[in-house]
Amino acid sequence: MRVQLFATCLVDTFFPETGEAVVKLLRHYGVDVSYPKEQTCCGKPPNSAGYRKEARKAAEHFISVFDGTDPIVIPSGSCASMVKNHYPDLFKDAPKMFRKAEAVARRTFEFSQFLVHVLKAHESGFPNGCGKITYHASCQLTRELGVRTEPIDLLNSIKGAQFVPMKNADRCCGFGGVFMGKMPEISMALADDKVDSVLETKVDTVTGCDHGCLMNIIDATKRRGGGFEVKHLAVVLAEAL
Amino acid sequence: MKTGAGQSINFRDNARRAIENPTLRRAMRNATESFRQKRSDAIVGMPFQQWREQASELRRTVIGDINGYVDEFAVNATKRGAIVHRVKTAGDARDLIGAILKDNGAKNIVKSKSMVTEEIHLNKHLESLGLRVIETDLGEYIIQIAGETPSHIIVPAIHKSREQIGRLFCEKLSCDFSDDPTVLTNTARGILRQEFLTADAAISGANCYIADTGSVVLFTNEGNGRMVTTLPPLHIVVTSIEKALPSIENLPLLMRLLPRSATGQTLTSYLSIITGARMPGAATGAKQLHIVLLDNGRSEIARGPYREILKCIKCGACMNVCPVYGMIGGHAYDSTYPGPMGVILSTLLNGIENAHPLLDATTLCGACAEACPVKVPLLKLLYELREMRVEKGYNKTVESLGMAGFGVAAKNARIFQAGQTSARALWSLAGFLSPLTVNRLPKPTDRTFRRRFS
Repeated sequence: MRVQLFATCLVDTFFPETGEAVVKLLRHYGVDVSYPKEQTCCGKPPNSAGYRKEARKAAEHFISVFDGTDPIVIPSGSCASMVKNHYPDLFKDAPKMFRKAEAVARRTFEFSQFLVHVLKAHESGFPNGCGKITYHASCQLTRELGVRTEPIDLLNSIKGAQFVPMKNADRCCGFGGVFMGKMPEISMALADDKVDSVLETKVDTVTGCDHGCLMNIIDATKRRGGGFEVKHLAVVLAEAL
Repeated sequence: MKTGAGQSINFRDNARRAIENPTLRRAMRNATESFRQKRSDAIVGMPFQQWREQASELRRTVIGDINGYVDEFAVNATKRGAIVHRVKTAGDARDLIGAILKDNGAKNIVKSKSMVTEEIHLNKHLESLGLRVIETDLGEYIIQIAGETPSHIIVPAIHKSREQIGRLFCEKLSCDFSDDPTVLTNTARGILRQEFLTADAAISGANCYIADTGSVVLFTNEGNGRMVTTLPPLHIVVTSIEKALPSIENLPLLMRLLPRSATGQTLTSYLSIITGARMPGAATGAKQLHIVLLDNGRSEIARGPYREILKCIKCGACMNVCPVYGMIGGHAYDSTYPGPMGVILSTLLNGIENAHPLLDATTLCGACAEACPVKVPLLKLLYELREMRVEKGYNKTVESLGMAGFGVAAKNARIFQAGQTSARALWSLAGFLSPLTVNRLPKPTDRTFRRRFS
């Protein structure tokens, strides 16, 4: 099987090791991973800020770069939701582009979605885990894509590790893309609450499927003096292979 | 880019002040967490999604023909002896209500909770006419004696701790300090009881009005609504045109959804269905019943692309689940309706020129849309109103320049990479200029994933 990987801006720019973990995992299951070099950004930031024209430019580029019939894997709930839910909406008045957007949307999977629904990775499980792990359920992943159980099924399939649910796991961490820049005080206060929820679980690691949230949580963790590691789910799973 | 014609809301400063207030934050956290828990307990095992679908369809039918339902209601309510008034603007409503009270020689007025009267700033107007207005919902009473406005549409004093309320009562009502809710409630009860008995007019809101029977319906928890609507000889109901239910047969659905969504109660404590004025020979009810149906821009909203906000039944569930509202409370929004539905309704009622900063009061997390009992597409509307803000030019120049640059970079991987490289090079400067944003992010790597992939 072949997939096209959309790494996302945040992974490309700030967390390349998460991208490497995704590739390692996919290859482990015998998947041939291609990385279209012309990829840029999915257009989520302008789309959330109300800049439809600029979002459309990014979407057009994405649709032309991610040509073909292979599944597209994205290690981010918010970018995957951008492609799956918002692309068709951006072209609702342009029938030809709308059909293309719909086709790309159908081929797109958020990373944990792909691991569970296509590769059934939770069935074979991960042999080498350790420590206690909790999970932050990011907003677009949960409420726009409806991906709620997949990351938890994957975490529960790690041998040697213990998944501990946190309170208010699906409450927003305060990142919100442009929100973190426009309303930093609220954003930081919400991230502090998230850190409190993590601390209550007494885990070694908090994981999630969106680097936006994880970045905000890392920052709050530093402010609060640490106490646990913050890792993308792909990194947690790749380490447990 | 335009700045508002009037004074636009300074949401960020308001929010910052709220965040720096530990009492407010504790009160907000306790209250919203408790409402969220009660709500989820109250819908366990119930066909909640099915009810939501039904209610959504019902409300969509109503807002598709508001004037039709207003007409039908007016005919039926008039038959039962009520006097129905349709008013266009807040000013018209204030003038009309003031005139009705003056004509009847009313001096002492008791009110039960009504957000529409907050929307039209009625109390201030009536006081300027020399009338005495007393709020009788406990939360509203607290807010009134504190000289504030409600910070939640269902729980007006949600932002106050019981210690604060105790001190307020002590100061304003000359009683001994207590922070025991029972003692405080009894203090208010004693005072309000006298007000009910001596009032010569009443003003209430309505949770809905029923077109086929001409009834207005009140969901209350304290019994004050019943006192207000039965004791004084004159009763003025102030509500807005979109709150119709086609038939009394639709009421049970609202009775299931509203209390569960609002406060997590399976049933409201008091339900008042008021159909017409007091009938000859009857012992209770207002002898004169006026029903004021306010438009104030709603007909126009109903014709436009954001009409689904009018499906809202004002339960407050979206506020209780909203992370932003839960952090800062309602006053930061500086408008009658706070929280997610408030951001949308305020933008549409007050104009984007005044309300545009409120569109930043959301992380777009979507918890509101998930909780809404009538499936108002709150998240979709928030996205769409942000688009409208950009179209109308109420965004910041620096932001639109940045987005234009983004549009160029998004089309070309080389320009995009150049952007990443310069971000890395200018990171310290950017951090200096925008510490609360940039310094919260890690420094961009020089070995991007693009370079590493092989």
